[in-house]
Amino acid sequence: MVFLVILANTGSGKQAWSQDHSMLIPSRDSISNPPAKEKGEGKFNAGDMIMEHVVDNHEWHVAEIGSLELTIPLPVILLYKGQLYCFSSNRFHNETHSYQGFRLGNEGSGKGKIVHMESGINNISEPKVYDFSITKTVLAIFISSFLLMLIFISVANAYKRNKNQAPKGLQSLVEPLIIFIRDDIAKSSIGEKHYEKFMPYLLTVFFFIFFNNLFGLIPFFPGGANVTGNITVTLVMAVFTFILTTMHGNKHYWVDIVNTPGVPWWLKFPIPLMPVVEIIGIITKPFVLMVRLFANITAGHIIVLGFVSLIFIFGAISTALGLGVSVVSVAFMLFMNLLELLVAFIQAYVFTLLSALYFGLALLEPQHH
Amino acid sequence: MELITPGLGLIFWMTLAFLFLIYILGKFAWKPILQSLKERETSIHEALNAANQAREEMKQLRAGNEELLQEAKNDRDAILNEARKIKDKIIEEARLKAGEEAARIVASAKESINNEKMAAMTELKNQIAESSLTLARFILQRELSDPKRQEEYVRELLKEIKFN
Repeated sequence: MVFLVILANTGSGKQAWSQDHSMLIPSRDSISNPPAKEKGEGKFNAGDMIMEHVVDNHEWHVAEIGSLELTIPLPVILLYKGQLYCFSSNRFHNETHSYQGFRLGNEGSGKGKIVHMESGINNISEPKVYDFSITKTVLAIFISSFLLMLIFISVANAYKRNKNQAPKGLQSLVEPLIIFIRDDIAKSSIGEKHYEKFMPYLLTVFFFIFFNNLFGLIPFFPGGANVTGNITVTLVMAVFTFILTTMHGNKHYWVDIVNTPGVPWWLKFPIPLMPVVEIIGIITKPFVLMVRLFANITAGHIIVLGFVSLIFIFGAISTALGLGVSVVSVAFMLFMNLLELLVAFIQAYVFTLLSALYFGLALLEPQHH
Repeated sequence: MELITPGLGLIFWMTLAFLFLIYILGKFAWKPILQSLKERETSIHEALNAANQAREEMKQLRAGNEELLQEAKNDRDAILNEARKIKDKIIEEARLKAGEEAARIVASAKESINNEKMAAMTELKNQIAESSLTLARFILQRELSDPKRQEEYVRELLKEIKFN
């Protein structure tokens, strides 16, 4: 984002602004709908722009310099009526936004959604199109997973190479984090007895979230994808935590849920009020995990994008006003980005810590009174 | 794409990628890393313990040394004391012996002096007796020729004896 704003700031005059401004118009509109681009040149929709950057996409818009679009088309993989369709998302770049009978939604609630022409955009009763496309987020997950493997396997090799030595280089960068997770999260929440079992999951979750949070802050190609701010990603991770918690729940854990101790019997007996509350609690825990991470990261992205939008909104009124606001906006964005660096760590920490706490609860031994 | 509606495809890919990531990192990264961290910690712990133990041993050794030294000192003092005592005793004994010897020598000297004196006296007596006899013979030889003078001489002699 900062990158785009710097470009916007270097431009002067109405022409320069409109040129920069076009960069921020969603690429799909600008390419596949040329008349709209010309028409919409003076109009800037901040909401659309922000959503465009925050949600998933079938292509990865890298940059737009003048009329030159830099977009990475991503593979579309569809399962429709038991048949697999595979093609590049480039194929949708035509007048009708359709290919092989599939149509990429262009506006409104169906935007970015692939439907079959037979069913129409709003009619969902028709056979559903299962979209297994490698979207922007999927690609970002692959890239970050690959980088994480690269980093940590090389670190692991460093550990193997100099056994019982002081850490060096990358090793000393990640070692405090690993030890922090082991000692302050896993050991203190789960306990000495069982913590080792959960270490691979906790470490992976922590570094996956932390790394993707940081990557999301980078405005350029390999970064910039809102991975941890995507509810699907957080959902999957929360479900993992839920499954692990449920799998490892001991007798004490389940007994406490069915027959909550320290509660009057009439809350449990004719109407099982407490068990119901406890069962809701089991579901709420991962749900909160999912929402917290998603909301924090998405909110951060939206705020930063909001500051960018401010420049163009004021710029549309008057160029000078736009330039004036840009100074304030950039300052706030810098502040927000720094804050997001902190949030990136805190959210990764919180997710890991809460997961560990839930595991610890599931494995809690009954206390002897 | 919707903001708060999870997408099926993404769930699929994310689950797949995440499981793969957990598996690969768990096997090739976390396991060796955690293991070597643990190993390093135990080795540091052991090294520290060993150092502590060595320090403790050193302390004990030093204490032992001191004890030994003290003991040696005590021994030395005891030996010295004994030696002093023995020396005193020997000196005392020597003194006693010397005194006895001296007394014995003195006594024997006295005895021999006495003996000599007695011998001398006896000899003197004998000599005197002899001389008296000789004298008497001379006198007898000379005076017996004149009874008057003999008488006078005897009287004179008797007077002399009286004075004696």
